[in-house]
Amino acid sequence: MALEKHDPVTGQTTTGHEWNGIEELDTPIPRVALFFLVTTALFALGYWILMPAWPLGVTYTRGLLGFDQREVVTRQVETAAAERAGWADRVMALDYAGVQADPELMRIVGETGHALFGDNCAVCHGTDGRGSRGFPDLTAGAWLWGGEPETIHETIRVGINSGHDETRMSQMMAFGRDGVLEREQVRAVAAYVRSLSQPEALAGDARIEEGRQIFAENCASCHGEDATGMVETGAPNLTDDVWIYGGDAQSVYASIHGGRQGHMPHWEGRLKPLDLKILALYVHGLGGGR
Amino acid sequence: MPEFFHRKLERSAIGFVLAIIGVSAIGGMVEIAPLFTIDETVEEAPDMRVYTPLELAGRNIYTREGCYACHSQMIRTLRDEVERYGPYSLAVESQYDRPMLWGSKRTGPDLARLGGKYSDAWHVAHLVNPRDVVPESVMPRYGWLQRNTLRIDDLPRHLKAMQRLGVPYTDEMVESAAADAMGQAAPDSGFAAGVAGRYGEETNIRAFDGEPGRLTEMDALVAYLQILGRLTDAAHATDAVETGSTQDE
Repeated sequence: MALEKHDPVTGQTTTGHEWNGIEELDTPIPRVALFFLVTTALFALGYWILMPAWPLGVTYTRGLLGFDQREVVTRQVETAAAERAGWADRVMALDYAGVQADPELMRIVGETGHALFGDNCAVCHGTDGRGSRGFPDLTAGAWLWGGEPETIHETIRVGINSGHDETRMSQMMAFGRDGVLEREQVRAVAAYVRSLSQPEALAGDARIEEGRQIFAENCASCHGEDATGMVETGAPNLTDDVWIYGGDAQSVYASIHGGRQGHMPHWEGRLKPLDLKILALYVHGLGGGR
Repeated sequence: MPEFFHRKLERSAIGFVLAIIGVSAIGGMVEIAPLFTIDETVEEAPDMRVYTPLELAGRNIYTREGCYACHSQMIRTLRDEVERYGPYSLAVESQYDRPMLWGSKRTGPDLARLGGKYSDAWHVAHLVNPRDVVPESVMPRYGWLQRNTLRIDDLPRHLKAMQRLGVPYTDEMVESAAADAMGQAAPDSGFAAGVAGRYGEETNIRAFDGEPGRLTEMDALVAYLQILGRLTDAAHATDAVETGSTQDE
């Protein structure tokens, strides 16, 4: 380059370019920007040495720290489990009555159970456990398969009509659709079933007596002679005011006509044994137990 | 003033363009190229199966409706995610995803381990109106899926396209794609046996939307949702929460 020119005002060198008498200053970038540039470059150098960074054909530089995200998360989960071991081991070692007798353990079960229930069960049974149409209310105390913590645990573990090898199985026939009962017979038995829980509303309904007989012949084998249900078959109690699919005339007719086969997924394999036990205790608590 | 290297480079147009290309290629060379050369970037999973035609159709609906905008399919290697959703996602689980649907935003929960978690009836009720089963949900309704008949005449071509991209569909699978889609949602029909034969006995074969007589978009989407995370068990081999741990908030 030719002779360096200096701007008379700032004393700065110029690039030598000139437009209409104005010359372009050759101001260097600010020191602070240069500082950050150099610092980040040095950080990158350190990072390359310490952490997994550069690919080298079929392998890569593993870094001096031997960092591996998968090992880190595995260790974190193990550490968390170890922190919980104090109470977790006691929950696993005690039977249900033993855990329930310990208020401190039950407080932890309540907190952990609430989180587990929210992550896994709440979308069907509701955050408050009250369920919705087709998804049973767990707070009603109307247990299809038994309301003891042991039986609740089993229901959660294997599910109902699920893919589990030991699944609980239950199916209500489609009495109307499959031609077992005539339309009027379905109406009659629906009236009888509804009269069990709503005697005033259906008082004097002429079909009830016919419905009682049809019930005894077709329904009592699962729901029981007195229609109070059977936990062995998962058949609901029809004399209480709790309905899974609705207790109005049309809903009861639809259930008898088309049958019902609820499906609850199994949770063994997805949840750990401790989680299942906590959930059994939590759900038992929701329904006031039995 | 001496001529520095950069000053020289700036003044050579071709040289400067080449330098820019070289520098901007570093990211790709470091992050993309190794996936082709380093074996351990994608795990081995001999039990990995391909999507059935019905699941692939469901996947296309998932993409069409933009589900990925609010739901991720990627459990990261973070403790809270592993404890809430299950084992972290492996690269091999997306082996036949073209394109992948990992997503980057969670307005709703992650779906990578959704398969089998809830019942078909729940999925149908939830898609028709999420508020019916989850009152606090902000998810839109997708009720028309239950009314729309699933288009199946183009399924062989969808499978063919996947085959060209390296997904190991056999020619037999491609040819019988439409029949397999019907059979998977109609367990009592004559088409069902072929699905189990071609895609394995573990394949879900049932009336996903509760109506075996009609093949709807709901069937396809629920079939897809019920297989998420279940194409291979490889991830469960690395299950970090095997030893009696519980979940935290």
